Amino acid sequence: MLNETSQLLSDSIEKIFSDHVTKDCIISAEKGEWPQSLWNEVIENGLNLVLVPENLGGVGGSWFDAGILFKAIGRYQAPIPLAENIVAGYLLGLGEVPFPENSIITLLDGELQLSNNKLSGVSHRTPFGNHSTHGVAIISDNNKSKLVLVPILDNSTSDDKNIALESRSNIEFKNVEVLHVIDVDFSSDLILKIGALMRSCQIAGGLESLLDQSVRYANERIQFGRPIAKFQAIQQELAVLATHVAASGVAADYASSSMDDGGDELAIASAKSRVDDAISICASIAHQVHGAIGFTYEHGLHFSTRRLWSWRAEYGSGSYWAKILGEKAVSNGANNFWPSITSGKI
Amino acid sequence: MNTPFNFRLTKFPNEAEILRHEVREFLSDALKDVPKETRAETWYGADENFSRKVGQQGWIGLNWPKEHGGAGRSSMERYVILEEMLTAGAPVGAHWISDRQSGPLIIRYGTEKHQKELLPGILKGESYFCIGMSEPDSGSDLAALRTKAEKKGDIYLVNGTKLWTSGAHRCQYMIALFRTSQEEDRHGGFSQFIVDLSLPGVTIRPIIDLAGRHHFNEVIFEDVEVPQDMLIGTEGNGWNQVTAELALERSGPERYLSSYMLLQELVNEFSNKNDDEGVTEIGRQMSHLTTLRQMSVSVAGMLDQGENPALEASVVKDLGAVFEQELPNIAHRLMGLEPDSKGTDFQRYLAILTQISPSFSLRGGTREILRGIIARGLGLR
Repeated sequence: MLNETSQLLSDSIEKIFSDHVTKDCIISAEKGEWPQSLWNEVIENGLNLVLVPENLGGVGGSWFDAGILFKAIGRYQAPIPLAENIVAGYLLGLGEVPFPENSIITLLDGELQLSNNKLSGVSHRTPFGNHSTHGVAIISDNNKSKLVLVPILDNSTSDDKNIALESRSNIEFKNVEVLHVIDVDFSSDLILKIGALMRSCQIAGGLESLLDQSVRYANERIQFGRPIAKFQAIQQELAVLATHVAASGVAADYASSSMDDGGDELAIASAKSRVDDAISICASIAHQVHGAIGFTYEHGLHFSTRRLWSWRAEYGSGSYWAKILGEKAVSNGANNFWPSITSGKI
Repeated sequence: MNTPFNFRLTKFPNEAEILRHEVREFLSDALKDVPKETRAETWYGADENFSRKVGQQGWIGLNWPKEHGGAGRSSMERYVILEEMLTAGAPVGAHWISDRQSGPLIIRYGTEKHQKELLPGILKGESYFCIGMSEPDSGSDLAALRTKAEKKGDIYLVNGTKLWTSGAHRCQYMIALFRTSQEEDRHGGFSQFIVDLSLPGVTIRPIIDLAGRHHFNEVIFEDVEVPQDMLIGTEGNGWNQVTAELALERSGPERYLSSYMLLQELVNEFSNKNDDEGVTEIGRQMSHLTTLRQMSVSVAGMLDQGENPALEASVVKDLGAVFEQELPNIAHRLMGLEPDSKGTDFQRYLAILTQISPSFSLRGGTREILRGIIARGLGLR
């Protein structure tokens, strides 16, 4: 039971992705081609603006709404930077900056310096960097932070890719004039935290697709005269897969709705740690159930698993976030342990 | 593309959070003399005085309708009481089953006479029920049970044996599933009865578990005359009645908090150590705990709305058992200390939980049965 905005967004993205994110679309993207018609559909429906406030021309949706879209990206393996653009729109909105038209924005990360409104430095392994027209960054210096929007100039991006063959460019900025600089009261850790939320949701969606594909395959594949789904050994494995998919979905939903409630780290850190554990189990079972065919490029299972294996290390691995949780737990002490779980605040 | 599960997030209403503070205050006083190893046992531990105090607070039957003596409050508020009791290590075992499922069953299927006679004692924390399902030749295969209740005039004559009956030795009543007829449908011909355990012909024998505790029992019925008005629900409909209870039985906080005290003690141990591996592992377990709690709360929310989240409940129970069963092993790996019932707090928790943890994936539906249910939900069988 979703509210009206959530249901509309959910229907809209399901329609667009089921029409456009075909196997051919993903394969072309892996070869470096930009899926223009898919991106056009997403933009025409304003899905990149879900977290942009209404007074800036956006949808004014909730993080829970954004989470629905993040999960769909993972579920369909949509080869576009929609999640990154949604987050960029949110950050710009915090600085009252409207989303620049006809732009594709990525999230910058690295040793970046701002001097006289000019940005220098390298943003490392930037998602979809070589398809993006702009980047947002939070530059923290002497306990003061500035949010910047900067154009990405031609020939400044490398063509590095992750193992899912998604662009992860190094982008070099040499005294590039920024378009906006806004003083903000949050640090660059915010991008890390929101990035972890975004990837956790995408992973939860990707895991759903593993379950879906594995169940379908087990019902189709005949061995020993019957579908392998009829063997208890397979049923028990797929049940385990399903439990971790369910847990990941809940962890992701809890994280995105916690952002709507003020965004403490417990839910987001828990989500990234929890879905990371789920990937190890689920990818292994999905591949085992698929047998050799799932190990081929021809079969599409790897479009999910290669993404999951990449995404789990981005914006802090599960262990990174688990350590943060554990450090807070031990410094708060055993008597405050349970209250922190019930209040959602660590 | 659809997943077969429906875990929508549920938030606790404000009144539940107010209640949470009342419960914490009550427990800090009521538990001050309860020893560590009793605390580690949580709902395996039983203390009739404690149960009576909980009854006096009005916290048993909290979500039952007022006309049955309950407080008419939400399942979410009841959930708060349960999770606070479990994480404080309260010895809730005496009244646990009656509050969780026997009372609700009597409200749903019982006659006015059952309700008038039996519910007040449950609400006071004085009347305890056990569940009579498993038998010597009927464990996971519940439909293989053989204990017979034959109708003779105004009584049913009961003969047979129930096994692994938790807490029977301190209960006044058993809600039992007996065979009342032989039907072609293997799930047909069962009926539920409320059996007064003081009836002639009932023998309760202890079965000592591997930790040396008397927790479960063998209950033998020899020509026991159960009055016919103690049949509950509809004759022959026992299977459906029993399966309807399972969502209540399988999704509560007791399905993932059994080893909670050990996790809290690990937090305590690592507060004074500079140990990244331990701290990271604690964080990892927090992420599992946080997620399981949201899943379980989601099921409670669905139950509150009158839905039947049986499949989701099986998911919670399976994942919950994996989590609570793994904790003693993790604690061992991080600390490397011998479980010792006379050692430090940590060693005492470890001693009891290491030993009782195998039961976590057996009681209330084995891991294999639950996964079979999930597989059916996935459309594999």
